[in-house]
Amino acid sequence: MWPTKDKTELLGPLRKIELYEMGWNLKDGLRECLVAAAPYGGPIALLKGHYRRSPSARPQLEIYSSSGLPLASFPWKSGVVKQLGWTVSDDLLCVQEDGTVLVYDLWGGFKRHFSMGNEVSQSQVLETKIFHSPYGTGVAILTGALRFTLATNIDDIKLRRLPEVPGLQEAPSCWAVLTQDRQSKVLVANGSQLFILDNTACTPVTPPGLSPQASSIVHMCVSFSYKYLALLTDSGHVWMGTSNLKEKLSEVDTKIKTPPKQMAWCRRPKSQQPSAVVMWDGLLIVVGECKETIQYHLDDDSVLVPELDGVRIISGTHHELLQEVPGACEEIFKIASMAPGALLLEAHKEYEAASFGKCFLSNFPPEQFVSMCRDLRVLNAVRDYTVGIPLTHTQFKQMTVQVLIDRLVYRKLYPLAIEVCRYLKTPEYQGVSRVLKHWACYKVQQKEESDEVIAKAVSVKLADAAGISYSEIATKAYESGRTELAIKLLEFEPRSGEQVPLLLKMKKSPLALSKAIESGDTDLVYTVVMYLKNELNRGDFFMMLRNQPVALSLYKQFCKHQEQDTLKDLFNQDDDHEELGNFYVKASYKDQRLEARVALLQSAVDEYYKAKNDFSAKTTEDEMRLLRFQRKLEEEKDEQLVGFSLQDTMTTLLSVGLHKHAEQLYKDFRVPDKRFWWLKLKALAEKEDWEELEKFGKTKKSPIGYLPFVEVCIKHHNKYEAKKYVSKVTPEQKVKAHLAVGDMEGAAEAAIERRNESEISTVLSRCSATTDHLLMERLNRAKATAVKK
Amino acid sequence: MAHTEWKDAPGLPDFSLLKRLARDQLIFLLEQQHEVDKLYKVELKPIVSSSDQLCFLIRPRIQTVKWISDLVNADKVAGRFRRYKIIFTPQKFYACETVLEEQGVYGDVTTDEWNFYILPLDDDILSLELPEFFRDNFLEGDQRWVTTAGSALRLLQSVYGSFSKVYGIGRCAKMVYESWRELMEDGEQRTRQPEFAKVFLVDRDVDFVTPLCSQVVYEGLVDDLFRIKCGSVEFGPDVTSSDKSIKVMLNSQDKVFSEIRNEHFSNVFGFLSQKAKNLQTAYDKRRGMDIQQMKAFVADELKGLKQEHRLLSLHIGASESMMKKKTKQDFQELLKTEHSLLEGFEIRECITYIEEHINRQVSMIDSLRLLCLLSITENGLLSKDYRSLKAQYLQSYGIEHLLTFANLRQLGLLEEQQAGETLTVMESKVGKLVNDKTVGKLTDAFSSLAKKSNFRALSKRLALVPKSGEEYDLRVPRDMAYVFSGAYIPLSCKLIEQVLERDGWTGMEEVTRMLNGQEFAVTARSKTDAQRIVLVMFLGGCTFSEISALRFLGKERGTYYVKQME
Repeated sequence: MWPTKDKTELLGPLRKIELYEMGWNLKDGLRECLVAAAPYGGPIALLKGHYRRSPSARPQLEIYSSSGLPLASFPWKSGVVKQLGWTVSDDLLCVQEDGTVLVYDLWGGFKRHFSMGNEVSQSQVLETKIFHSPYGTGVAILTGALRFTLATNIDDIKLRRLPEVPGLQEAPSCWAVLTQDRQSKVLVANGSQLFILDNTACTPVTPPGLSPQASSIVHMCVSFSYKYLALLTDSGHVWMGTSNLKEKLSEVDTKIKTPPKQMAWCRRPKSQQPSAVVMWDGLLIVVGECKETIQYHLDDDSVLVPELDGVRIISGTHHELLQEVPGACEEIFKIASMAPGALLLEAHKEYEAASFGKCFLSNFPPEQFVSMCRDLRVLNAVRDYTVGIPLTHTQFKQMTVQVLIDRLVYRKLYPLAIEVCRYLKTPEYQGVSRVLKHWACYKVQQKEESDEVIAKAVSVKLADAAGISYSEIATKAYESGRTELAIKLLEFEPRSGEQVPLLLKMKKSPLALSKAIESGDTDLVYTVVMYLKNELNRGDFFMMLRNQPVALSLYKQFCKHQEQDTLKDLFNQDDDHEELGNFYVKASYKDQRLEARVALLQSAVDEYYKAKNDFSAKTTEDEMRLLRFQRKLEEEKDEQLVGFSLQDTMTTLLSVGLHKHAEQLYKDFRVPDKRFWWLKLKALAEKEDWEELEKFGKTKKSPIGYLPFVEVCIKHHNKYEAKKYVSKVTPEQKVKAHLAVGDMEGAAEAAIERRNESEISTVLSRCSATTDHLLMERLNRAKATAVKK
Repeated sequence: MAHTEWKDAPGLPDFSLLKRLARDQLIFLLEQQHEVDKLYKVELKPIVSSSDQLCFLIRPRIQTVKWISDLVNADKVAGRFRRYKIIFTPQKFYACETVLEEQGVYGDVTTDEWNFYILPLDDDILSLELPEFFRDNFLEGDQRWVTTAGSALRLLQSVYGSFSKVYGIGRCAKMVYESWRELMEDGEQRTRQPEFAKVFLVDRDVDFVTPLCSQVVYEGLVDDLFRIKCGSVEFGPDVTSSDKSIKVMLNSQDKVFSEIRNEHFSNVFGFLSQKAKNLQTAYDKRRGMDIQQMKAFVADELKGLKQEHRLLSLHIGASESMMKKKTKQDFQELLKTEHSLLEGFEIRECITYIEEHINRQVSMIDSLRLLCLLSITENGLLSKDYRSLKAQYLQSYGIEHLLTFANLRQLGLLEEQQAGETLTVMESKVGKLVNDKTVGKLTDAFSSLAKKSNFRALSKRLALVPKSGEEYDLRVPRDMAYVFSGAYIPLSCKLIEQVLERDGWTGMEEVTRMLNGQEFAVTARSKTDAQRIVLVMFLGGCTFSEISALRFLGKERGTYYVKQME
């Protein structure tokens, strides 16, 4: 269990716990080092020999875990570094004199660099501060021109140059970055004057109740939460208050007038007591509410690392945590305490069972106890010397499990991360799968192993993990120059749609196309097709489509609307003469000019013949003849005809009395007799040219019979004409014909003669009981005999 | 669909939720473009408006995007500066963006998506309103709507609860299922909701026969004659007996319509006149009322009666108009031919009838419909018939229909039989010896030898065509065949009935083989079978006759069928 009592030292309301004996072996301690330690027990970066500015000796950049285990070490070859700092995702930022910021991962691998702008590089960096806010990690720079430039989030850089500070002649005595009202601001002290700089203005401010004997503010620090501010004046007073400068919490005289090395807040969340730590060479003073200060000697050069609930003190040999004693601990360890916790501890000492007391609490829900035990176990695991993440429970809760897992992943502690996920029952998608993905991304970058080995290893490990995106892993492989491996990994991706973008990026277009088709997502196929269209030359593009019918048919759809000519080329390539024929027929309908239409139809005819589709060819030829005929007649007779179907043409001709021409069409186009007779019948009846109709009826035996003659006359209300044809109707249709003209007796006669039961019934149904009484009797008799037969 | 027989039948989910959802999303999208000046239909026509912002709400069709590009370019030429926004619904397609790019207006327009999937047309009908689904999917082989259908299913599931069982048949159905499953896997796992329905997915091309038949139930007839669009119909002056057309919503809110929509047409008139009498009686109650009663009557009943009166007169008007068109000899003969084709009886006569139909230019669409029905029921037309009928059709309606025929062939709706060579030779030899009619009969015999017609076999296997000669009382339907005057049970509905009865495809192997397979049945995790809601999704559209048939089935089995169509 940590903290161990023997390594804990009580300093009034504070306690100092030794976290680690540092594993590193630093000859000169932290002297002459530029040091940056990340909060939440993060890694430590040292730039050794930084202050020795000799061109011959390059400084050495070293990265360690919180327990001092080496992670990386390499000579610094770039420009002069003004400041080191860590991002929220454990990346190291090195701010150079010229305003360039270099980003390294915690293994010393270079990731990228960015610039803080022209103005900064021209006037050089004077001082710099790296800060964290809800928007990410930010960088603030004071330039040689005594102006501040700020970027709130280094992952989305928007440089802001803050307004000038009035009367600033030389570097300000001290400054700090604040986050207030969702904005990052700079608090600057120039002598005894204090200013707040935001995007638009520089506002002078006065801390309430600051003792008047101070002529200059020499140091300041802001609490971890940005809520509190501490100022140290040249008179040795520490003023503590809220960072909005509305309230003073206390003021303490340290009685030391030399400027300190470092100052930090040491305060747990929700604590009532303000306390700050000021550090000079070999001396640490804790100031709080009362006038008394706590002094403490440091043997070695040290660095203060502010945390959410305390301050860590790192020296050349030790790593300690200074924090306010938690209320619970106080209750337990207070002399003669009778608090439940203290009693429980006593009981534990007696019986050596931690959860012993729990048995006596019947109404106490066990979840809290269980989850706390889990948390503690995880904390112990990560605090282990070999891992070196000395988190307190408060910090752990603030940072969340997800972030802790991320941190473990950054440190390549994959098995531990997976254990933590499993132990805390993190949903697989956010937990184990995510870790495995990171592991795989790291794995694929290992140059010494062969593609096969890596692919196999990855697939075996990731086999039953849910929600793994193999395409992401493959992308990593591709980015580290292993295209073959990337393709192998993509094979494991179950969603083919996910594979496509990377395949395109890797210029594996045929594979991308077939994967897109496999996915069944038309839109994705289109994406690939359009990409290929721009990427390949036309011939290759067509060849590729040819092997992929689905893509081809989709592309044809597109061409139908957008590129008619390409469509034609496609059909040509496939020797699809049938479709080409159809294409020309369609085109001919879009053209207004007759010559063009005929020419297009001729092309269609040629194609249809090539397709051995004689039927379509002949029909199209007929159409060409018809068009010419229509045009000729249009010119001669001034009758609108072009574009009509054969039938409509004949109808028009007949209706205007051009019988000869209609007959000509009838013969030329081998119009079936029936059709022509129907046509002529209708046309003549419509014109009520009964004389002509009669003549026509006598030209030869009607192929459609004579019932239509009767019906058409009746339709035009000419019973007289209708009757003329009744006698010509075939025996089967006689009854119908008689009925059509309303000749009941004739109908009855015919029906009886034919001895057809159903016909007799039909006639019967049309008879009315009053007028056709006799007829009905006859019919009924006939029906009876017909039924007998 | 009220049904008292089954007391434990579940209540239908409240689809107004979907409506509200869609409306809120749309308002959210349009919010950025407040103060709408005027609404236009998108077409290729210059927009006369002084407004400097145009917002287009469109389906992602290449043609429409081209029109918009042309409008933008025209504005550019005229030196007009406007802002343009295109909202694609249900989703944006890459091809559309490519068109914008190629037309050089990509930078001028902003685009957005509105994930609108389902339009509830009635208490038991949901629609994706994608008329292009059929053409895109079955003719052009473009599966772009598959994910849309999958997303629609996911939406339903997220709103109303999960599905206990999914059945389906057809390639597209399979793909839709896969797409939906993938969406469900990708999305976060919700807390388990109670199961809400079984789902049956069916491709339209599994059953082409049903939509080719003339409809004879009231709602189907209204659709055939007046076209029902998005649940509403426009009745012309001949129906309204005034000089104005009236647009009417057709759904279960319409008390008159809801009672006759599923009825065979021959029953409708009787029903309407009875209704008119009842109405009159209700009106007559006024007589002899005292003031107090009269007051109550005016307050409570009169409005309802008036409304009912108005609807009744509309439906009577519509029925009269139907009568005029449909009781004519032509229609009777058309029905007779269809029934013969379904039965496979007197095919020669049918062909002659179709020929005459074409020659007389009775109806362009009906002729094609008959041709397709002939081809499907007979497993393709004989070469000789195919050519002659096609030639005649082209003579009647113009050669551009060469393309129509090409498309129909592509779809498998109208095909030429590839008869075995020996048969053709024999046929021509025999043909020389005997007269025309006999040849016809012989050819029929030969073709049935050459290739077994799938429809015939299916029809036999599933008993789709009841034995002729039996009386069928249309007033008291005994099975789903009543929607086609007792002559044919819709294949699609029969499949649904069988599969639900068997809880899967077992025992129907031969049927599925004849339907080209692609069937599936998937059970969700649990085994509860309490709910009786069945969601039938027709991929590529469905007819009102099928809806009526399913309503009938639902009534029989105490099941609700919710239909979804494209």
